[in-house]
Amino acid sequence: MELRLENLTKIFTNKNGQETKAVDSLDITIESGTLVGLLGPSGCGKSTTLFMIAGLVKPTTGKIFFGDDDVTKLAPEKRGIGLVFQNYALYPHMTVFKNILFPLENMDVPRDEAFERVKAMANLVGIGELLDRKPSQLSGGQQQRVAIARALVKKPRVLLLDEPLSNLDARLRLQMREEIKRIQRETGITTIFVTHDQEEAMSISDKMVVLDFGKEQQYDPPQDMYNSPDNLFVAKFLGNPPINSFEAEVKNKKLIINEKPFMQVNIPDGLYDVGMRPENFRVKEDGFQTTVKEIFHIGRDTMIHFDFNGKNVRALVDSESINDKQKTVNLTIKTERVYLFDKQTGKVVNHG
Amino acid sequence: MGNLFKNAKRFLIKIGNVIKNIFWNIRRILNNYKRKISNFLDKKRLNPAGKFPGWAKALLYLSPALIVLAIFTFWPIINSFALVVYENYNMSNNTITGYTLFGNFIRVLTDESFIVPASHTASSAVINTLIIVFISVPISIFLALAISVALNSIKPLKSFFQTIYFLPYVTNTIAIGLVFAYMFKTDGGLVNEFLSFFGIQTDGLSWVESNAVYWRSMFVLIFYSIWASLAFKIMVFLTSIQGIDKQYYQAAAIDATPKGRIFSKITVPLISPMIFYITVTSVIGAFKIYNAIVALFGVTGAPPGVSYNLQSIVMYIYQFIDGSNAGNLSVAAAGSLILFAIILVLTIVQMQVSKKRVHY
Repeated sequence: MELRLENLTKIFTNKNGQETKAVDSLDITIESGTLVGLLGPSGCGKSTTLFMIAGLVKPTTGKIFFGDDDVTKLAPEKRGIGLVFQNYALYPHMTVFKNILFPLENMDVPRDEAFERVKAMANLVGIGELLDRKPSQLSGGQQQRVAIARALVKKPRVLLLDEPLSNLDARLRLQMREEIKRIQRETGITTIFVTHDQEEAMSISDKMVVLDFGKEQQYDPPQDMYNSPDNLFVAKFLGNPPINSFEAEVKNKKLIINEKPFMQVNIPDGLYDVGMRPENFRVKEDGFQTTVKEIFHIGRDTMIHFDFNGKNVRALVDSESINDKQKTVNLTIKTERVYLFDKQTGKVVNHG
Repeated sequence: MGNLFKNAKRFLIKIGNVIKNIFWNIRRILNNYKRKISNFLDKKRLNPAGKFPGWAKALLYLSPALIVLAIFTFWPIINSFALVVYENYNMSNNTITGYTLFGNFIRVLTDESFIVPASHTASSAVINTLIIVFISVPISIFLALAISVALNSIKPLKSFFQTIYFLPYVTNTIAIGLVFAYMFKTDGGLVNEFLSFFGIQTDGLSWVESNAVYWRSMFVLIFYSIWASLAFKIMVFLTSIQGIDKQYYQAAAIDATPKGRIFSKITVPLISPMIFYITVTSVIGAFKIYNAIVALFGVTGAPPGVSYNLQSIVMYIYQFIDGSNAGNLSVAAAGSLILFAIILVLTIVQMQVSKKRVHY
């Protein structure tokens, strides 16, 4: 089922009458059956957006559509959603079985069918043999699966996940990521996944939304967003190690770095923010000469630090292509991998 | 004018800072001395912290409370075990006629006003107490739960209502009892006025005064003890309800859970340890009921001109201390041990039941 947010805005007012725009005129359409990641730094309004979709928070203005139904004014229980909370909110006094059964008890489901569905769902998420345990007797990953099973057992129209992996350790997080993806594929349910971890969002999402200060920054498939960010914020937010950004001047359609022309650009003269991803640099004889400040070997790759316009810049290059004693190194980077951003708006000017 | 105010404020802040600095420095100097002393003691191998185990220090700090408890609680308990074997103990000249193992217990148990009511009366201390316990405790717990859930769900004037419901707790029991007695007066009492407003014949309808029917005065007593104990229960339940993670309710809301099921399946199980605690303590408290009866009916424990008596077990015990049978402490001790046994058995039963029903 398609999910559409129209001009969705949430303004919180505190006791002193100060207003905070948690979500700022969001316009997003989420196609049926896709897994969409809501990504952004903490406090960017991603959880608020999720709770508005769930109906737990009332939007100030704007509309939410599930398919063709306007659900903006609908109470949460009438929306047909499944929500997995950050700390799962499993009822501690009930067994796993009872926890998963709970949503069905409130619905008009025959007892036998309900039991059947609980068992099927438990097997789908891989906790079939833990049904008699209490949540406190489960590991974090197992609790997470129970929470997902509880959210899915009533066959919701939309599945919402609020930072579901943040309480798990690193290894389990990787595993659960794949699990969630698998479960989503098997059930084909439209899913929204909130996270602040860009790597997690990129690996799990079909498409993702990057938010900052409640404003949508970009809505694209992860790889497209990575390769052609709309603005400096998205460029900086995605990627690890982060993108290098520094100030540079364009003179006569040439980008000037370290007082030398670096490359041809087809944009008006002026000052720009330049972004170059560390992994896009290559060592090449005919490249741009830089003075090496430091070299770090990190297994397969080598990290070189050098100066571009007085800013420390990192390049991640093949370990074979450089040796420790080199004082200078010649680097190249593909023209389409150099991002120029407008100084005022932060928008990309040489892409898209 | 505003400038003056600003300067005054700044001056006060400055003075405050100076005082805070002085205290800070005093603490620094004291800490310095402490360190010096403990270094010195360490060097001489005299440091008491290393010599005594941790519990010795704890015992030292607990000793004032322990001494008071020992004198006023533990010693009387032990003493009552000693008293109960004396035969015909006389407090005034401290004499006994001999020793008996069960004599005092038998005397209490066969007393016509203790368990089995005599032919001329409708009540006995045990029956009265059991009626009060088994009616007032469940009703007051259910009421307190309902009220605290309701209080938790109201948004405007929340703390105002919470204060209102807590007020009875800080009010004197005897005072409330007197007010109740006044409310249930036969002539011009609030309750009778109220009833006659609905056309009910209230002439001579006596609640707590002469010739009141047993169940009518018992009703007033139960009503009173429920009301007096409600405030504390509401406060405990309300605090524990407020401690429940909001996410459980959000999850329940998303699963379209009806209000009644949220109450019975989420709220009650999650505060069940508190409900259990309240149940145990209020059962014990209800068994010890005394001042409520005195406040409503006076030390005789009965409205004038009636054949029955509303005295509780504790009142029955007190009559051997300074009542009609004053001075017979052995019988009083036997009575209190019987009361102790009843409470112990009931508490054990409650704990057994709670193993299945309470979720920690």
